[in-house]
Amino acid sequence: MSNATDIIILKQGAEARLYISEFNSQKCLVKERFRKTYRLPEIDKQLSGERMKAESKAISRCQAAGILVPRIYNMNLNDRKIYMEYFDRAVTAKTYINDLSPENEEQLNRIGEMIGSIVGKMHANNIIHGDLTTSNILLNPKSDDIHDYDMIFIDFGLAHYGQSTEDKGVDLYVLERALLSAHSSVPTIFDIILQSYKLHNSNGAADVISKFEDVRARGRKRTMVG
Amino acid sequence: MVIAIGFEGSANKIGVGIVRDGEVLANVRRTYITPPGEGFLPRETAQHHRGVILDILKEALEVSSILPKDIDVVCYTKGPGMAPPLLTVAIVARTIAQIWNKPLLGVNHCIGHIEMGRLITKAENPTVLYVSGGNTQIIAYSSKRYRIFGETIDIAVGNCLDRFARIIKLSNDPSPGYNIEQLAKSGSKFLPLPYCVKGMDVSFSGILSFIENHVRNAGKQTKNSKKDKVQETYTHADLCFSLQETIFAMLVETTERAMAHCGSEEVLIVGGVGCNERLQQMMEIMCRERGAKVYATDERFCIDNGVMIAHAGAEMFGSGTRMHWNEATITQRYRTDEVEVTWRND
Repeated sequence: MSNATDIIILKQGAEARLYISEFNSQKCLVKERFRKTYRLPEIDKQLSGERMKAESKAISRCQAAGILVPRIYNMNLNDRKIYMEYFDRAVTAKTYINDLSPENEEQLNRIGEMIGSIVGKMHANNIIHGDLTTSNILLNPKSDDIHDYDMIFIDFGLAHYGQSTEDKGVDLYVLERALLSAHSSVPTIFDIILQSYKLHNSNGAADVISKFEDVRARGRKRTMVG
Repeated sequence: MVIAIGFEGSANKIGVGIVRDGEVLANVRRTYITPPGEGFLPRETAQHHRGVILDILKEALEVSSILPKDIDVVCYTKGPGMAPPLLTVAIVARTIAQIWNKPLLGVNHCIGHIEMGRLITKAENPTVLYVSGGNTQIIAYSSKRYRIFGETIDIAVGNCLDRFARIIKLSNDPSPGYNIEQLAKSGSKFLPLPYCVKGMDVSFSGILSFIENHVRNAGKQTKNSKKDKVQETYTHADLCFSLQETIFAMLVETTERAMAHCGSEEVLIVGGVGCNERLQQMMEIMCRERGAKVYATDERFCIDNGVMIAHAGAEMFGSGTRMHWNEATITQRYRTDEVEVTWRND
C-alpha cells in the first residue's frame, strides 16, 4: 500500500476523501470516510459503518442487475476505506452537461434517456440510490469521441434496498431538485429522464410517479412560516 | 443613498427596522410568547401584532432620528408566513406608505434573511443554510436566483425543536430553541435517534415522532421491559442533547454536500435556529476541516427582524424594482427561488 506522502487527494466530498492508491499492484481509487469531528463519535461511527456497508451492498446488487458501477476490490470498516475501480478518463455528467450547449438537443436527449433508463432499472430491482445528482454519474469515454461513453453510477453511501414507492419517489425528487439547481439552463432534461424512466422501470413505474408527485406537492405546499 | 423602513411579521415576531445604505439605524422587535406547552396560533399572533405595531414604529423612528420625509421606500414582508400576521403588517405598511406618499415594496422573507446575513457578515458568495421555525433550506446563488439545493421534505428544523419543547413543557420565553440549547448543555447520555438524510434533503418528522413516543412511554411498563435487566432512562436534558446532536449533524452534513457539489468555500447560517451556538460550532469544525469559512450572526439579526426586510427592500429598490399598488398583496407560499435577484451581477 502506498504511504501517506504520495497520496494525492482527488476530491473531498461531504463525507469522504478520494485518492489514488494501489491494491494488489493494481491502480485503484480509495474512498476514505474519515472521521467527522463535528458530530458525536457515536453518530459518526454508526453512520460511516452503515454507509460503507450500504455502498458495497448496493454496488453488488447493481452488478447483478447489469448496471455499470465501480468494482470494489476490498474494504475495511476499521480504517474506513473502500478500495475500488478507478476510471481515469471519466468525467461527471455535471461537467458534461455544463459543457454541452443547450441547443445540442440530440446529446441532451441521449444523456437524459440514458439516466432515466438506468434509474428505472435500479428501481425495478428495488435499489434506491439515495443521492442521485449529476455529480454522482460518471461518463467513461469508450473512444476519442466524447459523446461515445459508458454511464457509471457512483456514490452509493446513502443507498438501500427496498420496495417502497415512497422511497423511489423521493429518489426521483432528489434528482429533480439536483437538476433544477445545478442545471437551470436545461430545464427540459428532467422530463426526458422521467419519460425514459417510465419505459424502463418495469416494476410499478406508474405508482412511483404518482408518489413522486405527492412528494413534490409536499415540498411545494409546505407553508414555510417564519 | 437609500433610506428604507422595513416591516416584518410573518410569524410570532414583529419588527420594524430602518437602514441607510446598509447602516442599521433602528432594529425594534417584539415577540409573541405563548405559555409552555402551547404554540402560537395565527389569529392570536395577529392580534398581538396589531396591538404593538404602532408603538414599535414610533420607537424605530425615534431611535433612528429619521423623519418620515427622509425615507425613500417602505418595505414589508410579502411572504412566506402565516396569513393573519402577514396581513396585519401589510396593512400598516400600505397605510403609512400612502400617508407619507412613498413607494411600497413587498419583500420575500427568505431573501431578507440572506441579504441581512451577507450585509452583517460580509460573506461574498456563501452557501446559505437557512434554518428557522418554518424553513430549512440550503441555498446557493447562481445566475440571478437564490437556488434551493436542499431542504426539508416535511417539517422545518425549528418546528421540530418547538414541538419537542412543547412535549416536555419547556418555556417559550425567550424562545423554545434557546431553552433546548441551554438544557442540552447538561445532557450527556446519547439516545440514538433516526438519522434521515436524502441526498441534500433532510426529514425531521420521523425523529419527532420517535422522541415523542420515547417521552410518552418513559416510565411505562413495556412488554419487553422485564427482559431488559437495566431499563435505560434518559432525562429531558439527555433528550435535548441527543436531539440537537442528531438534527444538527444532518444539517451540517447536507450543507457540506451542497458545498462539495457547488465548489463553495463559504457558509452563511441565517434564520432563528442559526443563533444556536452548538450548530455554529459544528459548522465551524466542518468548515475548518475543508478549508472553508463560516459566517453567522447573533440573535439581533438571526431572528426575524425589520432590518432584514428594509435592507433587502433597499437592494431591490436600488436596482430598479418597483411595485404597483394593486400588487401589494401577501402570500403564505413564496419560494426563495421565485425572486429574481436584480441587485447581484456575479
